[in-house]
Amino acid sequence: MKEQLIKNIPYYVMLAPFLVLFTMFMLIPVLSSIVISLTDFNMVQKPNFVGINNYLHLFLDDEVFVKAIQNTLVFAVITGPVGFLLSFVVAWLVNELGRHTRSFITLIMYAPSLTANVFIIWVFIFSGDAKGFINNMLIKIGFIRDPIPWLSGSQYSFSAVVIVIIWLSLGAGFLSLVAGLQSLDRAYFEAGAIDGISNRWQELYYITLPQMGPQLLFSAIMSISGSFAVGNVPMALTGFPSTNYSTHTLLLHMQDYATNRFEMGYASAIAVVLFIIMVITWYAIDRALRKFTAV
Amino acid sequence: MNRISAVLINIKTQFKERKRVRLARSTWGNIFVFAFLIFIGVFMAFPLFYAIVQSFKPINEIFIYPPRFFVKQPTLSNYTLAFQLAQNLNIPFSRYAFNSLFISIVGTTVYILVASLAAYPLAKAKFPGLFIISQLVIWTLLFRTEVTVIPQYIVIAKLGLINSYGAILLPALAGTFGVFLMKQFMVVAIPDSILEAARIDGASEYRIFWKICMPCVKPAWLTLIIFTFQSMWNATGSQYIYNESLKMLPTVLTQISAGGIARAGAGSAVVVMLMIPPIIVFLISQSSVMETMAQSGIK
Repeated sequence: MKEQLIKNIPYYVMLAPFLVLFTMFMLIPVLSSIVISLTDFNMVQKPNFVGINNYLHLFLDDEVFVKAIQNTLVFAVITGPVGFLLSFVVAWLVNELGRHTRSFITLIMYAPSLTANVFIIWVFIFSGDAKGFINNMLIKIGFIRDPIPWLSGSQYSFSAVVIVIIWLSLGAGFLSLVAGLQSLDRAYFEAGAIDGISNRWQELYYITLPQMGPQLLFSAIMSISGSFAVGNVPMALTGFPSTNYSTHTLLLHMQDYATNRFEMGYASAIAVVLFIIMVITWYAIDRALRKFTAV
Repeated sequence: MNRISAVLINIKTQFKERKRVRLARSTWGNIFVFAFLIFIGVFMAFPLFYAIVQSFKPINEIFIYPPRFFVKQPTLSNYTLAFQLAQNLNIPFSRYAFNSLFISIVGTTVYILVASLAAYPLAKAKFPGLFIISQLVIWTLLFRTEVTVIPQYIVIAKLGLINSYGAILLPALAGTFGVFLMKQFMVVAIPDSILEAARIDGASEYRIFWKICMPCVKPAWLTLIIFTFQSMWNATGSQYIYNESLKMLPTVLTQISAGGIARAGAGSAVVVMLMIPPIIVFLISQSSVMETMAQSGIK
C-alpha cells in the first residue's frame, strides 16, 4: 500500500493545486450550505438547529415553491434536451464546412453565449407595447391588432423566456462538441466510405456518435445542469418576482429568500432540493448515455 | 476504336483509384444542411446585430415609432458619450480596463494549468482515492455557484482576501468545469500506447504531461481558454471588492447603462464594447484549433 502511494506521488502533486483551491472554495461552502439548511440562520442572529423544519415547511406550506418547481421542471424538460440536441446537430453540421467558413459560423452560433449580457436586447425585441420589435412586425403584417404583452405575465411570458433560453443554449457544450468532432480519427470515416456507407445519417450513427461518448456526456451534463439552474434570464426578462410568479424558478425562489429576506436556512434548503433534483437527472442521463461512454 | 476506348478506360480507372475516397454526400443533403444552418445562424445573430445597430443610432432614432431596424443617420456619439461618462469618475477608464484584462488573462492562464494538471491523473491514472475525487468533481459541478455565495464570502473574508484581486481569482480557479472538460478530452484523445511507450523510455510523469498530453488535447484547452476568458471578463465580482481602483469593467459599464432612458444609446455602445474582447479571444483560439487539426493523431 505504502509503495503504491509513493509510486503515485507525481499524480498527487499534480492534483494538489486544484484540490486545495477546490476544498477551500467549493467543498467547504457546499457542505456548509447543507449544514445551514438544517438551521434558521438569518445572517444576524446565532443560528439555531431546527432539523428538517425548513424542508417540511418547503414541501407542505409553500405554494410559491410548488409553482417554482413546476416552472423549473418544464423549463428544464424543454430547454435541456432541445439545447443539447441543437448543440450536437449544429456542431455536426458545422463540421462539414470548410475551414474558414466553419470558424465564422461557429462564432455566430456561439456569439449569444459569448456576449453574456447581450440577451437583455431581447427585452427590447419582446417589449410589450407597440414599440417592441416583434409586436411591430406582427401588427404590420396584420397578424394581430393589439400589441401582445409578451413579458408581463400573460400566457406568453413563459414561451418568451423559453425562446431566449434556447437562444443562449449553444454554449460550452457546443464548443466542446465542435472541438471533439474535429479530433476524430479520419481513418474510421474512410474505412466506412470504402465499406459502403451510403449517406451521412448512417455515418453519423455508426461512426461519429460512438467516438463522441465522453464529449456527449459533458455536453449533456452542461445542458442539464444549466437548464435546471435558470435564474438570471427570467429575472432580467420578466422581473423579480415575475407577475403571478409565471416564470418563477427554483433558483429565483432561493435567491428571493437569500438576498431579499435573508433567511439563509430556508434558502439553503431550497438549494439542496435543487441539487438533489440535478443529481437524479444526472444519473438518469449517465445511464442513458452509457452505451456511448467508455468512462 | 476498341484499342482507343480500352486505353481511355484504363486511364479513367487509374485516375479513379488515385482520387481520395469520397464520403457519401447527396446534393439534397447539402442543401438542407445549408438552409438549416442559415436559419439557425440568423436566429442567433439577429439580436446581436440589433444591439450593434442600436449603438449607432442617435437618441431620436432609438425610440422612434414605428421602430426601424436600420439606421438613417449613423453616429458615433453614443461611444463618445460612454467614454466621457467613464472619464468623469474618480478612477480613469483605463484602470478599469486594466483590471478586467489583468484578471481575465492571469486567471485564464493559471486556470488552464491547474485544471489540466488535475485532469491528467483523473483521466489516465489509477491510484487510491481516484474514484472519490472523480465523483466529487462531478457532483460539485451540479451544485450551482449561486448557492454557495454566502459561505464562500465567509471563507474569503476569513482568508483576508476581501478587496483584492484574489477575491475573484481564487474562487474562479476552484471551478470544476475546466477539470471536467479536460478530463473527458484526455480520456479519448490520448492513446494509452503512447503513454506506455513514454514510460518505458523513462520519462517522468511531469514530462509526459507537458510533452505528450497537452499537445494531444490542444483543441480542448483552446476551447477552455475561450470559455474561461469569457466568464472572467463578464464577472463583476462586486460582492467582494469595495475598493474602487480594483473594480472591473462590467461593473462600471453597467452603472452607465443604468442611468436610465437618456443613457439608452450609451448603454448599447457599452454592450457592444464589452462584446469585443471575448470575440477577439475566440477568433484567435479558433484559428489555432483549425491549424492543429490539419495533422492528427499518432502519426
